[in-house]
Amino acid sequence: MTTLVSRVQDGLTRSTAGRSSGAKGHGVLAGVTVLYLLWSLLPVLVAVLFSFNDSRSRTSWAGFSTRWYYGDLERSVWFDDSLHAALIHTLRLGVIATLITVPLGVALALGLDRWRGRLPAGANVTVLLAFVLPETLLAVALLFMVTTLVTPLQLGLSGQVAGLVTFQLSYPVILVRSRLLTIGSHYEEAAIDLGASPLAAVRRVLLPMLGPAILASTVLVFADVIDNFVIVRYLSGDASTEPTSVKIYNSARAAPTPALNALASLMLLASLLAVLVGYAIYRFLTRGERGGSRGIDAFTGEV
Amino acid sequence: MAETRPGQPVRLLWPLLALPGMVWMALLFVMPLYVVLAIVFGGIDPVFRSPLPAWLPWEWDFTQFNFVLSRILGEGGYFGPAMLRTAVYVVVASSACVLIAYPVAYYTARYAGRYKGLLLTLLIAPFWISYMMRMLAWVNLLQDDGLVNQALSIGGLFPGDIDWLNGRASTVVLGLVYGYVPYMILPLFAGLDRIPAATLEAARDLGASRLEAFRRVTLPLSRPAIVAGVLLTSLPMLGDYFTNDLLSGSPGTSTAGNLINNSVTTPGQTGQAGAFVLLVLLVALAPMLLYVRTTRDSSGVQS
Repeated sequence: MTTLVSRVQDGLTRSTAGRSSGAKGHGVLAGVTVLYLLWSLLPVLVAVLFSFNDSRSRTSWAGFSTRWYYGDLERSVWFDDSLHAALIHTLRLGVIATLITVPLGVALALGLDRWRGRLPAGANVTVLLAFVLPETLLAVALLFMVTTLVTPLQLGLSGQVAGLVTFQLSYPVILVRSRLLTIGSHYEEAAIDLGASPLAAVRRVLLPMLGPAILASTVLVFADVIDNFVIVRYLSGDASTEPTSVKIYNSARAAPTPALNALASLMLLASLLAVLVGYAIYRFLTRGERGGSRGIDAFTGEV
Repeated sequence: MAETRPGQPVRLLWPLLALPGMVWMALLFVMPLYVVLAIVFGGIDPVFRSPLPAWLPWEWDFTQFNFVLSRILGEGGYFGPAMLRTAVYVVVASSACVLIAYPVAYYTARYAGRYKGLLLTLLIAPFWISYMMRMLAWVNLLQDDGLVNQALSIGGLFPGDIDWLNGRASTVVLGLVYGYVPYMILPLFAGLDRIPAATLEAARDLGASRLEAFRRVTLPLSRPAIVAGVLLTSLPMLGDYFTNDLLSGSPGTSTAGNLINNSVTTPGQTGQAGAFVLLVLLVALAPMLLYVRTTRDSSGVQS
């Protein structure tokens, strides 16, 4: 008995000793991680910083100013109509595409998860393929379709929204299905046994339980849509339907002013706000659950 | 009493829920890809230089496709080098992504301790920063008088007048790595985080050295995550033209994505653009199917 206890204690001390020496040995790994984060985030922070520069330069600092946001009466984001319009158009695309993608995707996820057969299996593969198809290929294909076939879709808002929904649809499907996997089918079966109609079981039992996954996909789709470049560029009709990402692409190499950085910084702010607010609500909705499934990684569907 | 068990009405509900999404994917994902085929294997209007799609497979004409193929494979084929370059860039950039991402993901999953949440948030942050913003940041830094050259010239060690942004393959690969490495880190983290610590402790208790435990336990167990990460980074790189345009803009570094983008925007070359799209799609198809298989198996999401 004592030998067993001492052996267990021995093992424990050995493994904790191993771990602490490991922690020292992993200074290299920690260093790589910190360096990576600096490399990954500092360039963007510098770009944001220079949006507040008090001169035309994007390379030498001349003091703090908000002239590129609204001070400059011609070239600031607020007063330059083309930048202003790009910002509005981007947010409009974000709202419309998200409002279509999420309900369509949630319904598709529910249907594909519970409906058995060849057809839904094929649809599931199609959704996953759309997730990994190089975006340029889908954008060209959509452009070809919009320009050669007579459809209700036009280059511009309608074409862009259609393309964005197609590209983003897999997101809610994947997030909702992984949530459905953990929920199982007992709850709605119980509701049906208790006399609920199948539709009522979905609406009053499943949908509330899917709340966090639906919220997460709403935020992710919105943040992704307002950052989209490839699809919205090919499907934009003219300069009036070019969103911010296309404005950045068009002028990044053509001696732009820090107003371009200001425009990009505003988009960054919009994405971060959407994600932060979404994550706060997500934490609130999942407050009864255990820690592991409500981290930022679960929120973004990484686990 | 059909309602007391999951009978007929339930079975009808799921197809009804899935239907809108399936119709959407058929019309806006499958159909556009077919339009690409019809245009590639169609003709060109001799007067307007617009494409004349051939909708029926038995009317397909392989002239345009063969023309592009001969320009890639044939002697003096000027598309050949760009195709080869694409392969080299994608392989080098993806390998660099693995080398950077693995230690970062490993450290975050295993040793980050109470900083795990913070680290994950910072690792996910690039997803909420638009790709164009991230490239703009590097365009700013790599200007002739940009911060990188300024830093290099401190102390007069280096000349500090390096022309980073004109046709340098190394800059393009750097941009690709910077752009896509977050897509590698997250699946790797998820894969490594799922390996129970007890597995490694068992290996160590059985006498494996730390290196051996890593090589014979961690590495094999993380292989699916590596595969997923490589696919998620290399597939979008295949169609990427914008990184190249912003960081080089020279024909000396152009890749398959540039060939697609240049011919899409040139009248009369629609068929050629379609042929490039088809070729990239054929190359991407096997990796795409591999991704679909691994995700369906690992998450258990299947019909």
